[in-house]
Amino acid sequence: MIQDSSEGDRSASPPTVRSWRGPSPFAGLVEVLMAGLLGICGAITVLTTVGILVVLVVQSYEFFHLAKIGVGDFLFGLELKPEASPPKFGVLPLIWGTFVVAVGSSFVALPIGLMSAIYLSEYAPRRVRGVLKPTLELLAGVPSIVYGYFALLLVTPALKAALEPLGFHVEQFNALSACIVVGIMIVPLVSSLSEDVLSAVPQGLREAAYGLGATKFEVSTRVVLPAGLSGVFASFILAISRAVGETMAVVLAAGMLPQISINPLSSIETMTTYIIQVIGGEASYGTPKYLSLFAVGLTLFGITLALNILSNLVLKRYREVYQ
Amino acid sequence: MSRGDALYHPNRRLRRSLGPFFGAACFLATLTGVVVLAVFLASIFFAALGGTVHPVWDSLGQAIRDFLTLMSRLITNRQSSNPAIAGFRVGLVGTLWLLGLVAVIGIPIGIGAGVFLEEYAPSGRLKRIIQTNISNLAGVPSIVYGILGLALFVRAFGAKGLALGPSLLAGAFTLGLLILPTIVITTQEALRAVPSSLRQAALALGATRWQVVSGHVLPAALPGIMTGAILGLSRVIGETAPLLMVGAAGSILRLPKGVLDRYTALPVEIYNYAKEPDRQFQMITAGGILILMLLLLTMNAAAIVIRNKFRRGR
Repeated sequence: MIQDSSEGDRSASPPTVRSWRGPSPFAGLVEVLMAGLLGICGAITVLTTVGILVVLVVQSYEFFHLAKIGVGDFLFGLELKPEASPPKFGVLPLIWGTFVVAVGSSFVALPIGLMSAIYLSEYAPRRVRGVLKPTLELLAGVPSIVYGYFALLLVTPALKAALEPLGFHVEQFNALSACIVVGIMIVPLVSSLSEDVLSAVPQGLREAAYGLGATKFEVSTRVVLPAGLSGVFASFILAISRAVGETMAVVLAAGMLPQISINPLSSIETMTTYIIQVIGGEASYGTPKYLSLFAVGLTLFGITLALNILSNLVLKRYREVYQ
Repeated sequence: MSRGDALYHPNRRLRRSLGPFFGAACFLATLTGVVVLAVFLASIFFAALGGTVHPVWDSLGQAIRDFLTLMSRLITNRQSSNPAIAGFRVGLVGTLWLLGLVAVIGIPIGIGAGVFLEEYAPSGRLKRIIQTNISNLAGVPSIVYGILGLALFVRAFGAKGLALGPSLLAGAFTLGLLILPTIVITTQEALRAVPSSLRQAALALGATRWQVVSGHVLPAALPGIMTGAILGLSRVIGETAPLLMVGAAGSILRLPKGVLDRYTALPVEIYNYAKEPDRQFQMITAGGILILMLLLLTMNAAAIVIRNKFRRGR
C-alpha cells in the first residue's frame, strides 16, 4: 500500500494537548447496537411486502372458502351482487371498469406526458426548465382526492354542458370524467420519468444528427426518442399501473355501479372503488362480502405488481447502451 | 448516383417549419397540468365564496373578507350536517396528530433502512433483493396499504389483545409503511451523493463505522434526507383511501385525546362533504380543499427550496 511509506513519520508528530485515552468502552456496544437497529429497519421494508402478501392471500383464501366460489367464477363472473341471496361475486365488471379508466386516462396522459418530456429535455431553455421541473414535482404531489373533487366541480359539469345539447345523456358519475382527471393526474409521472431518460441520451447522438443536417424536430423525434424508447415505455407502464391503483379520484368521479358498458358517459365501478364501498358500508367483519374486499385487493395487487415488474423488465431488457 | 439525386428531396421549408409548431405544442403540453390546477384553484375560490360575488373585481375587498371569515370558521368549527356551521376542526387536529406520529415512527425507520442499505449492507444478493423489493413497494397502490393496515393493525387477524382498533396509532403505522419506500429511496440518493472520500478520511482516522455515519455522512446528507422526509409527510396530509380503510370515520365530533383514541382526518372529512349532494356543502368542500392544498404546497415548496439551496451550495 502507498501509506506504508509514511509509517516512519507517525512517531515524529508530537502528541496533541490532550492525550487519547483509548476507545470508549461503549464504542463496540454502540457499533453492534446500531448495526442491529439499522438491520431491523431494513428488515421492516421486506416484512411490509411479506405482510401484504400474507394478509391478502390468507384473507382471500378465507373468502373463497366461505363464499364457496372458485377462482374462475370470481375472476370471470359477470355479476357482482354481494347483497343478493345467494350473493354473486363476479368481479369482471370491476376489472372492466379498471381497464376503462386505465386505457382512457392513458389516452390523456401518455401524449401530453411524452410531449412535455420532449419539451423539457430538448426544447426548454435552461432557465424555463429550472422553473418547470419543480412545478411538475409540485403537481405530482397533489393528492387524488383533490382531483376527485375537480371532476365533480368542473369536469362533469363541463361534459354535461358540452355533450347534453348534442343529445348525449351524461350521468352525474361517469367513466369519461374519471379518465380525464386520472389522466391529468398521472401526466407528471410520465413526463418526469420520460424526461430523465431522454436527458440521459448522449449528447453525441444529437450532435451527429445535427451534423448531418437534421432539424431540431427530427433530432427530437427520430434520434433522441428512439434512443430513449425503452425508458419512455417503462414510464408509460408505470403510469398505467398508477391509474389502475388510483382510488379517490375514481370514487368521486366514476361512481359505484358495477357494469360492463362501452358507453363512457355511464357509471362504472373499479376494483379500488369496490373496496372503498365495502369498507364504507355496513358489512360486518367475517362475512363473505367483507372478505371479498381482500380478494379484490389481491387481484389489484397482482395486476399492479405485474405492471411494475414489466416496466422494470422493459427498462432493462431493451435499453440501448451507449458509452 | 443519378438515381440518388432524383430521390434527394430536402424539403427544407417544410422541415424547418415543422419544428416550431412541434416545440410550441410540446410547451403547451407541459403547461397543461399547471393551467388545469390554476383553473381549478380559481374555481375552488369561487365555490368557496358560494358563487355569489359576480363581478369579483368590483367587490374584491368584500370577497377577501368573506373568504377569510369562511376559512377561520372552517378551521374552528366541527363537522356538522348543517352547512352553515360545518367545519374541519376535528379532521385538522387528526391530520396534525398523524403527521406528528408518522414523523416520529415512520421517518426514522425509513432513514434507518436507507442507511442500512447504503452504508452497512454488503453488496450481494440480499441487498439486491431488498432493493428490488423497495422499488416494488413504491408501486403498490395506497389502498393496498390500507388493506394491510386493516388486517394487521386494526384487527391483528382477530387477536383481541393486539388489535389497535380504528385508532390514531393504527392510522399512523399504516401511513408510516406507505411512505417508507419514498423515504428509503430519497435517503439512499442523498447518501450516494456524499463523496466517498469523506468516509475514507474518517475511517482512516480510526472512526468506527457508526461514527463515520453519524458524525460525517448523515450531516452531509441531511438536506437531501430532509427533503425526502417532507415529501413523505406531505403524502400523509393528502392520503385518503388508506385512512378510510383503517377506520378514520368522518363522523367523529370529539378531538382525539391520545394515540389509542378514535380520530378522523382532513381529507376524510373532505371526502364526506364532497359526497353530500346538497349544493350548500360545495362551499365547505372547496374550503377544505383549499386548506389541504395550502398545507401541501407549503410543505412541497419547503422541500424544493431546501434541495435547491443544497444543490447551489455544492
